[in-house]
Amino acid sequence: MLRYLYGDQLCNYPKLADSMFRDRAAQFHERLGWDVTVDDRGWERDAYDDLNPLYVIWENHEGSHGGSMRFLPTTGQTMVNDHFVDLMDGVELQSPFIWECTRFCLNPNAESRVAAALMLAGGELMRAFDVRHFVGVFDARMVRIYRMIGSSPEILGQTGKGRDMIAVGLWGYDDKARESVAHRAGISPELSEKWFLKSFGFEPRLQLVA
Amino acid sequence: MGQNIQSLIGQLDQADTLDDLQSIILTLRDQFRIDHAVYHWISSDGEQFGCGTYPTDWVQTYVDNDYLRVDPVVIGCYQRFHPVNWKRLDWSSKQARAFQKEAIAAGVGNQGMSIPIRGPNGQYALFTVSHTCSDEEWEVFTESHQRDLILLAHYFNKSALKIAKGRKPEIVKSLSRRETDALTYLAMGYGRGQVAEMLSISEHTLRVYIESARFKLGATNTTHAVAKAITEGLIVIGGAALGTSGDWPGKAPNGA
Repeated sequence: MLRYLYGDQLCNYPKLADSMFRDRAAQFHERLGWDVTVDDRGWERDAYDDLNPLYVIWENHEGSHGGSMRFLPTTGQTMVNDHFVDLMDGVELQSPFIWECTRFCLNPNAESRVAAALMLAGGELMRAFDVRHFVGVFDARMVRIYRMIGSSPEILGQTGKGRDMIAVGLWGYDDKARESVAHRAGISPELSEKWFLKSFGFEPRLQLVA
Repeated sequence: MGQNIQSLIGQLDQADTLDDLQSIILTLRDQFRIDHAVYHWISSDGEQFGCGTYPTDWVQTYVDNDYLRVDPVVIGCYQRFHPVNWKRLDWSSKQARAFQKEAIAAGVGNQGMSIPIRGPNGQYALFTVSHTCSDEEWEVFTESHQRDLILLAHYFNKSALKIAKGRKPEIVKSLSRRETDALTYLAMGYGRGQVAEMLSISEHTLRVYIESARFKLGATNTTHAVAKAITEGLIVIGGAALGTSGDWPGKAPNGA
């Protein structure tokens, strides 16, 4: 199922959080060879994980991580504005209607529908909260992954060539694509909505009462 | 409504003082035909910025009763960045229901939407609209105005940031974002172990944050530090909590 969790809610899902940060280490550190920090727990975390971002996570049946991505509003601190403004001719993107999406990660054994499910979730966020665009930084190896899941971004700026290409991309909301993405994910729009409400609507808190 | 939004945004762009913001939020309330609208932010030097239309007695009641611990708006909006319909919050506890009853009696309204704002350098502010109507009417209202309200929330924040910048900087205690987070979660009634987990730090690190906040606040112990942070307005209190401009708890009233 899809879960939408802020950073301070991850502690209620220890298995999910642990496997997500481990899968991120496997993808970004081991496979993609990015210059990221892996801590003594085997977790890949960066400074933006400390800003209480919103994670969208596909949870496997046994409660572990199948895939995820991380969102922050561009009105606050973001990776693209902190480190990649030179790719944008010095322009800082700043709008309550543009959220940054980073750390798109899939478990190596994830079913192929997980990527589509995450796309569906991105669409739910846009629809419910009036977000118009997601912005994100990606490298050459992610281009293929985005193409594979049918979600290639519009390139706002890039540097480097071939394998060393790094780009800032923009994703918009396409209401017409919702049905087909839902179909590919094998999730009915109704079920997706139910999961969304479960995360953002009232859900009894089990562990939060002191 | 489109033209009115333009006009409100234009006014916000021209606003130089908190009194300007107060008169704009009154206009906003009248234009949207709702009971109340509130904007609240606490700057890094501990000065409260805000404006709003709530009855002033309600603020005092809120602070006196330490409602920060039970207000579902606080719990549901702190460090979030998506708009929150109050109907989606957890009002199931006996305390929350009693609080809601009192808020409604105080004229806050039975419906509300709060828009948490994330600004530069970990800034956190809250914009709230509230009203008295049926669930269906509120659903229609929020669906048709959410985008405008998000935009206005952020323009209020922009103006507040601009006004804060123009103020003469005073040396007041300033808490770091992590210190504020730690104290806010404690003020909401979470245990230390839970707060450490929520911030993804060890309890040892949490203790260091609390100690440094305690020192900056000149408080004798953690409970005292939390109480001081609330009364001195270092913690953003809920949508249901705020009074009119210039009459925030901890700040001398200016008769707005």
